[in-house]
Amino acid sequence: MRLAAIRSALIMLALASAPASALEAYKVVGDAIPAPLGGKIGDLKRGRALVLDRTQGNCLICHQVPEPNEPFQGTIGPGLAGVGARLDTGQLRLRLIDAGLLNPQTVMPPYFRIEGLRDVAPAFRDRPALTAQEIEDVVAYLASLRTP
Amino acid sequence: MTAAGRALAAALLALAGAARADEIKPGSTFLSPEMQRQQQDQSRNPGYLWVEQGEELFSRRDGVSPTCISCHADPKQSLRGAAARYPQVDAASGKLVNLEGRIEQCRVDRQKQPAFGYESQDLLGLTAYVASLSKGMPLSVSAEGAAKPFYEAGKAFYERRQGQLNLACTQCHDGLVGQKLRGDTISYGIGTGYPAYRLEWNGLGSLHRRLRACSLGVRATQFDYGSDDYLALELYLAVRARDLPMEAPGLRR
Repeated sequence: MRLAAIRSALIMLALASAPASALEAYKVVGDAIPAPLGGKIGDLKRGRALVLDRTQGNCLICHQVPEPNEPFQGTIGPGLAGVGARLDTGQLRLRLIDAGLLNPQTVMPPYFRIEGLRDVAPAFRDRPALTAQEIEDVVAYLASLRTP
Repeated sequence: MTAAGRALAAALLALAGAARADEIKPGSTFLSPEMQRQQQDQSRNPGYLWVEQGEELFSRRDGVSPTCISCHADPKQSLRGAAARYPQVDAASGKLVNLEGRIEQCRVDRQKQPAFGYESQDLLGLTAYVASLSKGMPLSVSAEGAAKPFYEAGKAFYERRQGQLNLACTQCHDGLVGQKLRGDTISYGIGTGYPAYRLEWNGLGSLHRRLRACSLGVRATQFDYGSDDYLALELYLAVRARDLPMEAPGLRR
C-alpha cells in the first residue's frame, strides 16, 4: 500500500519533470528518416521563407539556392539547386535533423537535436534550432528544387 | 549517436587537419586591396583615432601619479615589442593576463585608480596605442612553462564543438579558410589585428568583443570580457600566429 503510494508519487514526479519540449521521435532507415516528424505536413512557401531568412534558418550563410535576388550566398555546403532530385524527402529530413548521424565530422549543424550539445546560449537552450513543423516545411521546399 | 560515438567524433575532429604554422596568414590578407591600403594608411585607418587618444592618456597627468609615461619613458623604444608578448602569465599572481589586463593592473595597483573597464574608450585607446608600438613586429608568445596549462585550455576550447549550431572554431578557421560565409571570407581566425576597427561595429573593439560575436554566431554562451575561457583562447590564437606581424589597429569588415 505504502510502496504503491511511493511508486505513484515517483511516477507523478517523473511526469512533472519530463521536459515540456521533448522532441518528436523519429526512426532512421538507412540514410533517411522516411516518416514526417510528428506526422506534420510541410508547407513549401513557409519552408522557402525559413531558408532565406537570415536569423532562424539562415541556410544561405553556407549554401546557395536558385534565388537570383538573394545576394551573398555562402560556399561552404553543397549548392541546393537540384537537391530535390538528388535526395528523396526522407534523406533530406535526416540531413536537416542531424547530419552528424551520417558524418560525425560534418560542419552541418543539427537542426533538430538538443542533447549532446555544449555551452548553448541561454536563449537557445533545450530547444532545437527548428521545430518539427519547420523541419517539414524546409523539407517541402528543398524537395521542390528539382532543377540542377 | 552514443556518448562513445560522440567522444570518437570529437577525437576525429581534433585530428582533422589543423592549419600548419607556415600556412597561417594575417587577417588583413582576406581584405580587399583597397582595405589593405586603408589599414596601412594612418590618416585613413580610423583605428588611429583611438591610438591618438591612447597616446594622450599615456602622458596625461590629471592628478594621477605616476602617469604611464613616468615609468615607461620613451615608449616608442621602451614598449616596442611589449604587446607582441601578450597574453602572458603574470609572475606574481600566476594568472594569464592579456594587454588589456596588464594596463588595468597598472591602473589599479600602481596608479591607485579605479579600473577603466573592458571595452571602455579609455582602455581601448591605451590598448590600441601600446599595441601600435609593436606594429610590424613578430608575435612571440610563450606556450611553455607556466603558460602551458592555459595554452592547453585554449587549444581545447578551439577544438571543441559548442553552441546550438554545434561548431568548433577549427572547423571554419582551419578547414574552410577562404570559403564564403554569406558575403564574408573565412580567415585563419587569429587576433594580430586587435584591437581593430570593424566596419560592422563602426568603431574600435577588442579581440574579446570579436570572440563574443563568434560565440553568438554559433549560438553558444558568450563568455565575459576578460574571462578565463577567452584569455586561454587568446593565448592559443597568439601561439598559432607566432612570428606573424602585429597589425593593430587593424581594419576589419
